[in-house]
Amino acid sequence: MTDPQICLEACDLSVRYGGRLAVSGVGLRARRGRILAIVGPSGCGKSTVLACFNRLHDLNPACELRGSIRLDGQEILRPGLDVLALRRRVGLIAQRPNSLPLSIGRNLTFPLRHHGMGRRVDRQDAARRALQRVGLWEEVKDRLGRPASELSGGQQQRLCLARALVLEPEVLLLDEPCSALDPLASAVVEELVASLRGNVTILIVTHNLAQARRLADDVAVFWNRDGVGYLEEQGSADAVFAAPCSLITAAYLAGARG
Amino acid sequence: MARCGSARCDRVIDTALALLAWLVALLVVGMVGWIVADLLRQGLPRLSWAFLVELPGDAGRSGGIRPILISTLLILGVCLAGSVPIGLATAVFLAEFQRGHRGFGPLVRYSLDTLAGVPSIVFGLFGNAFFSITLGLGFSILSGGLTLACMVLPLLIRSMETALRAVPAEHRLATAALGLPQHVSLLHIVLPAAAPGLAVGLVLGIGRALAETAALLFTSGYVDRLPDSLLDSGRALSVHIFDLAMNVPGGASQASATALVLVALVLLINAFTGWAARRWLGSLHSTTF
Amino acid sequence: MLKPSSSFHRHADRPLLWTLRLLSALAALIVALILLFVLREAWPALGQLGPTRFLRDPGWHPASGDGEAGYGLLPMLAGTLLSSGGAVLLAAPLGLGSALFATSYGPPRLRGPHRQLLQLLGGIPSVVVGFWGLVVLTPLIRQWHPPGQSLLAGILCLTVMILPTTALLSEQALREVPAASLQAAAALGLSRRATLEGVVLPVARGGLLSAVVLASGRALGETMAVLMVAGNVIQVPASLFDPVRTLTANIALELGYALDLHRAVLFVGGLVLMGVVAVVMALAAGLRSSPGHG
Repeated sequence: MTDPQICLEACDLSVRYGGRLAVSGVGLRARRGRILAIVGPSGCGKSTVLACFNRLHDLNPACELRGSIRLDGQEILRPGLDVLALRRRVGLIAQRPNSLPLSIGRNLTFPLRHHGMGRRVDRQDAARRALQRVGLWEEVKDRLGRPASELSGGQQQRLCLARALVLEPEVLLLDEPCSALDPLASAVVEELVASLRGNVTILIVTHNLAQARRLADDVAVFWNRDGVGYLEEQGSADAVFAAPCSLITAAYLAGARG
Repeated sequence: MARCGSARCDRVIDTALALLAWLVALLVVGMVGWIVADLLRQGLPRLSWAFLVELPGDAGRSGGIRPILISTLLILGVCLAGSVPIGLATAVFLAEFQRGHRGFGPLVRYSLDTLAGVPSIVFGLFGNAFFSITLGLGFSILSGGLTLACMVLPLLIRSMETALRAVPAEHRLATAALGLPQHVSLLHIVLPAAAPGLAVGLVLGIGRALAETAALLFTSGYVDRLPDSLLDSGRALSVHIFDLAMNVPGGASQASATALVLVALVLLINAFTGWAARRWLGSLHSTTF
Repeated sequence: MLKPSSSFHRHADRPLLWTLRLLSALAALIVALILLFVLREAWPALGQLGPTRFLRDPGWHPASGDGEAGYGLLPMLAGTLLSSGGAVLLAAPLGLGSALFATSYGPPRLRGPHRQLLQLLGGIPSVVVGFWGLVVLTPLIRQWHPPGQSLLAGILCLTVMILPTTALLSEQALREVPAASLQAAAALGLSRRATLEGVVLPVARGGLLSAVVLASGRALGETMAVLMVAGNVIQVPASLFDPVRTLTANIALELGYALDLHRAVLFVGGLVLMGVVAVVMALAAGLRSSPGHG
């Protein structure tokens, strides 16, 4: 039986790009409603693994997956799975804000409409609530018809967060959501992510160890050996930060601290 | 390049190249100026509203070009109706579904590259044999338009594919990450974002089709009457210029006026499509919710 | 809260892909269809006359009776090769000059207008260029050396037609030279000529050659600009001032009234033309796939 506390679980997950092994043997568990921070140096496959959780790697034909990923005990890598339904349950926020070339309002109502939320009023209502949730409503309520590209980077990233939230996902994947933002905007987004604790299971990839320490309930440390990424250590944030089991983790955390 | 290292030699070659560059620049100005000036000098006095709306008389020496304008537009219409759906579909297929270097895509691309190299007179031969005779369409606007459709297809597809590939991959990732199916992302995000580029492709196709003569000589024919239907023969502007210049003594000034109309039409369509594309893009953003 | 999406949305991707695939296949089939039909129409001539008669027959009398009929395509082939060759010989250096103007020798504020003029020139329909050649160029040549309608007129009109191609493609080839290499050359204090010889040409050579080859493909296939000015007499020209007839002009002139075997021989002419252009295009493809060699 699966542990009901575990929302998302990867077992022995390996990723190949065009035949070359990129990530090998990752076993990762994310607890329901908690924030799991994924840290590690560049090029150890953190983002690659993250994109597997909503099958975004399907878009890259050169990418091959082995192993298993279970969402609420259901295998999501099996062929024939309704990928679109999966992606609605598992949202993703990219490193750079990727607002669509539409108006601010339509960035939110567009996905709703095509997921079959029939009534316009309902869509507008849901969009308003999502914007309020990310604290953007007051800033944009008078210019919902303007292109989303007119917003600042931080505003766009919050718009992307609202766009993911409007679909009411169970899991949210964040791929270094603050790395393209200035410190102020970054703090706003970080606060928002913290406020989602309890409602949504969150996996966040970050380079910023201080951020991981502030946000995370659990931490997973990735490392790479001969160009192949793997999971070095995972556990509760307190345990990993206070007393890491592995020497590599200890050195990484210490080095980054110093 | 000759081997000579001295600074003096350097200077001589540099001056020679500079001379060549400036010479060519002047030559281009001169050539365009000469051609345009001659057309204007000969054609402008003949050009008037009446010229556009009157029927031709005396084998084209007098009167206007109304039936020729109408035939040209009909041929162009048939050409676009035939080429745009196939062209857009192929461009979408190549740009969105065939990113690898294997499979069906490269075959299509290779075939189109070959098609792009086929001389226009061979398109005329083919159109005559296939559309006019085998399909029984005869010398008609339909035969001519469809022949042109085959001819502009590679150009249309290549430029439309470029436009689609210019749409940032993040948009596709963003829609995919929201769990939206590919056709939604295509229709609502990718195609609108690529619209100006697609329009440029369309304009290139139109320009090519309007300029074509050889492929039309034996498909849409020479008849300068007003066409009753698409199965009638119709004379395109380019064919009219050719006929007046070659077969009608004293037709030169009428041919100049027609050439002016043709060149102006190409420029006008260019300008209009650019404007329309900008408007379309603007309307994309301005609808709230 | 959210209702499940309609089944249309979920399952429309597959039919869409198949529709696109089908239409792409149609687009890809056109070239095969062209080859098939031109071959089919040419078949009677190829079958009855055999391929060698098109080269060996002394004259072109395709509509005469059985005894005296002649199907020699050689003069037309010569006309095509000579006029295109001449045009390429002119347009290649001019194109390079234009590219140099647009990338290094021209004042920056004149480069934009220069390119626009080239594009305008490229947009002028070939029938208009041919018409201009007929009423302006050939009378000038006639004053110099009659009859005026000649190989020279054909070459000049073809040059006007393909100059934008060589110029714009050559410019593109020169622009492929990385800015960093140019800066490095400047930092070394190399002269402009040394930069061109040592930095620019090695990188751009492939692109420049393929520009020339592509332009010659256009010249070989061009109909109107030569048809209207070259005089169309069937002969291997002895000088630049002799009239010539190209393969393309031959088809344009005779297809209207050709019957039976005559018509089939015109399609053979089309096949020969396609063959020549295909060889040239294959050359271009070879050059493009190995940039920097040449």
